[in-house]
Amino acid sequence: MSILNSLGDVFGGDKQADRIVPPTGFTARLTSFTAAAMAFLTVFALALSLATGRLADRWSAELAKTSTVRISAPEAQLAAQSTAVLNILKTTPGIASARLMTEAEQHALLEPWFGSDLPLETLPIPSLIEVVEQEVGPDMEGLRLRLTAEAPGAVLDDHTRWRRPLAAAAARLRLLGMFSIVLILGATAAMITLAAQAALAANRQVIQVLRLIGARDNYIAKAFVRRFTMRATVGAFVGMLVGMLGIFALPAAAEEGAFLTGLGFRGWHWMIPLVIPPIAAFVAFWSTRFAATRSLDRMA
Amino acid sequence: MHPLIELKKAGFSYGGGDIFRDVDLHLTKGSFHFLTGPSGSGKTTLMKMCYQALMPDTGTIKVFGKDVRAMDRDDVAIVRRRIGVVHQDCQFLDHLSVAENILLPSQVAGRDVTQDVANLNQLLRWVSLTDHMNALPPQLSGGERQRAALARAVILSPEVVIADEPTGNLDWDMAQRLLNLLIELNKMGKTVLMATHDMNLIRASRQSVSARVLRIQGKQVHLAGADL
Repeated sequence: MSILNSLGDVFGGDKQADRIVPPTGFTARLTSFTAAAMAFLTVFALALSLATGRLADRWSAELAKTSTVRISAPEAQLAAQSTAVLNILKTTPGIASARLMTEAEQHALLEPWFGSDLPLETLPIPSLIEVVEQEVGPDMEGLRLRLTAEAPGAVLDDHTRWRRPLAAAAARLRLLGMFSIVLILGATAAMITLAAQAALAANRQVIQVLRLIGARDNYIAKAFVRRFTMRATVGAFVGMLVGMLGIFALPAAAEEGAFLTGLGFRGWHWMIPLVIPPIAAFVAFWSTRFAATRSLDRMA
Repeated sequence: MHPLIELKKAGFSYGGGDIFRDVDLHLTKGSFHFLTGPSGSGKTTLMKMCYQALMPDTGTIKVFGKDVRAMDRDDVAIVRRRIGVVHQDCQFLDHLSVAENILLPSQVAGRDVTQDVANLNQLLRWVSLTDHMNALPPQLSGGERQRAALARAVILSPEVVIADEPTGNLDWDMAQRLLNLLIELNKMGKTVLMATHDMNLIRASRQSVSARVLRIQGKQVHLAGADL
């Protein structure tokens, strides 16, 4: 409650008290610029974090519930082994469906690598069976053993070796994004603290006069806190707006698009950057208060 | 009568050397004291000890009955609202107008400044600065600045007024005018302690006020008398 009251004092308190601190153009611009730059970077870090989150979810969702059985066998045995595999899959608990991919589908898969002109029918292409798992998937190890016994040319690929590093990379990226935001907040706090300390040192004479006429340290600190919090809030608001415009101006994200085209906010996520100015205000409030308390103690 | 400011065996040293030793001083309600002594004798130091800008190294100082060593910074702030201080260099906030500077003690004390505006107008008339209320301090002459500083010192109607060489940079007429303002305050019941090295000014005040003259000599404060 006291924090809310203090922030309330900053935004709605004694406006006249703000005038006791002389306007200092350089630190004012420095604080506003720092807050704006940090808010701008935070918007991008947020966008990166959210996009990687979406990517990790998509990869997990798309890959987690599907598997592929590849059958490489002499042409004479290919059909028989494929049928055997399909039969096994139909009787395996945890499998929703299994179907042999058509020749056209296989061609479509290989086309990006070999081009459309290559006569694929002349190549010894393995058969592919697409498996869709149920919510609780099959016992993969058991299934592998059964397939090896019934169809020696069958290899089960549950995409784990693809999914794990991709999901891990996406999770790491998300973590890095969050860590970047924490670093940005820390750097903002440090820079505002330094700017506030510089302002307090530059206004040593003002502080002496105020003390001489009976001002409490809390009153003096509030005047500085109010000024720096307002500057940081306004700077952060501008930085947030510019950052959001930058994200908005990125190429539209297509479902099949690559990661970069998906960097942005979707739906209610556009609301998340709106918390940046209040957080900047909070950080500036405590940074300046810390700097003011320390400086006033030293000047006592 | 219980003294408002009381120094008992107070001592202060700086850089290893004593400025004062065993100083006794009692400022009672309604008294007027001049503090004299050559430049560098410690007049400013003694006055700073009276409003807790400096702490004694030895002895005790009581202000309004309270030992200054027992005061925290908030207590000191509250005490300073009861002591108006006028410096030789005035110490204004140069980015604020004269009126805003004069109202500053009221503002930092958390008083309703609008209620003090009537006081402000009265004070501005008293120090003859009504026409300069919107001027910035650097735009004022030396005498005007001192009068504005005096107005600021008394806006909260303090019990004690401490003036540290307020006439040091003023011509004779202006110095007398400022002294007369301090004498008026004393006649209103305020306790006044004024530092000056101008003996003529002290002599000129004899007709108007019954003042004690304190002289700093040999790291001690003496009551001056017939030698004036």
